[in-house]
Amino acid sequence: MTEEHQTLALLLFSAFVAVTLGITTWVSRNRRGSAEEFYAGGRLFSPMENGFAIAGDYMSAASFLGVTGLIALFGYDGLLYVVGFLVAWLVVLFLVAELVRNCGRFTMADVVAARMRERPVRIAAGTSSVTVSVLYLVAQMVGAGSLVALLLGGTSDAARDWTVIGVGALMVIYVSLGGMRATTWIQIVKAVLLLGGTIVLTALVLVRFHGDVDRLLLTAAERSGHGAAFLAPGLKYGGDWTARFDFISLGLALVLGTAGLPHILSRFYTVPTARAARRSVVWAVGLIGGFYLMTIVLGFGAAAILGPDAVRGSNAAGNTAVPLLALDLGGGAGSTGGTVLFAIVAAVAFATILAVVAGITLASSASVAHDLYASLRRRGGKPRSEVAVARLAAVGVGVVAIALGLLARDLNVAFLVGLAFAVAASANLPVLLYSLFWRGFTTRGAVWAVYGGLIPAVVLVVLSPVVSGSPDSLFPGVDLHYFPLQNPGLVSIPLGFLAGWLGTVTSTEVPDEAKHAETEVRSLTGAGAA
Amino acid sequence: MQRSKGRPRGGGAGQESWVEPLDGHDPVPAEATGQLRYDDPWYDALASGWGESAGDGAQGPAVVPSARTEGGAGAAAADVYLEVQRSAAFQEVRRRYRRFVVPAFVAFFAWYVGYVVAATTVPDLMARPVAGAVNVAMAAGLGQFLSTFLLTWAYARHARLRRDRAALELRWDTQELTRGMNGGTS
Repeated sequence: MTEEHQTLALLLFSAFVAVTLGITTWVSRNRRGSAEEFYAGGRLFSPMENGFAIAGDYMSAASFLGVTGLIALFGYDGLLYVVGFLVAWLVVLFLVAELVRNCGRFTMADVVAARMRERPVRIAAGTSSVTVSVLYLVAQMVGAGSLVALLLGGTSDAARDWTVIGVGALMVIYVSLGGMRATTWIQIVKAVLLLGGTIVLTALVLVRFHGDVDRLLLTAAERSGHGAAFLAPGLKYGGDWTARFDFISLGLALVLGTAGLPHILSRFYTVPTARAARRSVVWAVGLIGGFYLMTIVLGFGAAAILGPDAVRGSNAAGNTAVPLLALDLGGGAGSTGGTVLFAIVAAVAFATILAVVAGITLASSASVAHDLYASLRRRGGKPRSEVAVARLAAVGVGVVAIALGLLARDLNVAFLVGLAFAVAASANLPVLLYSLFWRGFTTRGAVWAVYGGLIPAVVLVVLSPVVSGSPDSLFPGVDLHYFPLQNPGLVSIPLGFLAGWLGTVTSTEVPDEAKHAETEVRSLTGAGAA
Repeated sequence: MQRSKGRPRGGGAGQESWVEPLDGHDPVPAEATGQLRYDDPWYDALASGWGESAGDGAQGPAVVPSARTEGGAGAAAADVYLEVQRSAAFQEVRRRYRRFVVPAFVAFFAWYVGYVVAATTVPDLMARPVAGAVNVAMAAGLGQFLSTFLLTWAYARHARLRRDRAALELRWDTQELTRGMNGGTS
């Protein structure tokens, strides 16, 4: 890429960083330093603001860069991701959003711990939340890395590594200084920027084909070299039965995982009531649905205009399809329009990554401080310390995510996010649903549900072809590959539910009727909600 | 929240009690302001065809004498929730929630799983053209988008018209009752 690209993109991106740092300092000027303020932004956001922030949290680099790349390379099979990402919101809306808002204070563990012996349940739920967050963070970091590799010419490994480190450092600053209030405003700004950028690109793609979607699809199919097969399922996941089960596994993980993502759950605590939580989800579904419809157009547009070879040539996993598409739509390499559009898209993608990363870091630091630290520390410490611990935890999570992000840099971003969703669906969703809806659920059931989902999910990933045993793995040299599927969801999600049931029926503890009554009444009416 | 959980205040048990002082306000004003800033739930609740008072069953525990010890207060607050849970008003709210959510969940989940399984097992059927470049798979994918939008709208509407008002009345009644319990002890 040329000098102007780099300069302009860097300028725009610096502007975004400056604005967001400004927001962070402005928002935190009168900060009271309370837990309510740090984790939940004072709980006074409006449904529309929260809806934009949820969309900003959810529309990650995985969607913008990863999914469009997958559609450009594999046609219809990439589109299947998008459907899963959207349908998942029905699970959130129906079963989780309002009830969690009514029952919890800051984290998912609050909901479960209200009915159980607190300590073991908090430790379990906190551990799984942090694991999910770190996996998701790694995906975002990899996205940032491949974007920079593209910007700086694709060869400089050092530049890529420094970007990952820089993104990590920025997110730690946002979160530890600004807490939820700053993070939320950054999400809102980012959601507006991302939607704006996507609308412009989509419009340009449609104009290029004179508004004829049919011709866009046919051109994409033709240029892909696969013909009509490009528009039907099967290119990526249609081979043997392993690939097919892999896809079903991914589909389950996507649709059930969203409701277990800690950074999504924590967003519901930023509005005053359950009703506001519901309305923010309605906003979010509208925004996210519209966004995904446009990414489909962009993905097929990239296939039709650039061709899969150009996409693959720039990044084997397809993560750079959208910036390349922008370059072409603006008039091609060397033209002013192309340069500007490319720079804008690159900056927006960076902003996306930064904002998502900040949201996840905040959620995981809340889990560390509010659940893990609070349960593991000695009794009788100073109460002031929880927010301080959360700020420190943000730094720790940042360091871990940076290290793993440097390791995993050649994997497709959307695929990595699929793993995070699988762990969330296996470890977090069963325990959450059981404690909201099952009268007889016990402490042992809760602990088993978490570990019974978390451990199989993580172990199966370690034993999968992602980590070892194939040329594309993380460690191609070793062979620990005993589990055939890339995504563990098909096995680990049922295991999580099964373990929760098994733990409950084998425990001698008598379920507390009154506590269940309290959870049920509070979850549906909002009585006593924080 | 702390009080309504029936935990003795200042009892020292559980780490939530040391978290709470961070909120920087006393629970009683917090609850009062919580109600003041509540979204106005009435303006769109007109179509709720549900006239009976919410409180029939929930009136009961009001006569439970406030216990003298802190442990007694906890037990009494727990009784409030049991009592409310058994009240006809609450069961009606719960029934309405479940009656919408269970069938809707089953429907969209089956439709989604069916879609995913069909995409992997019968690609030939999915590749059958419908109109122009659009084949069955495309149409089904767009159908998923459409059904998600529709169900979101239907759920929000159902909750707004059929649940919100009753749930809010129950919330106030329950909070009144638990406040009575705790007020008697501290």
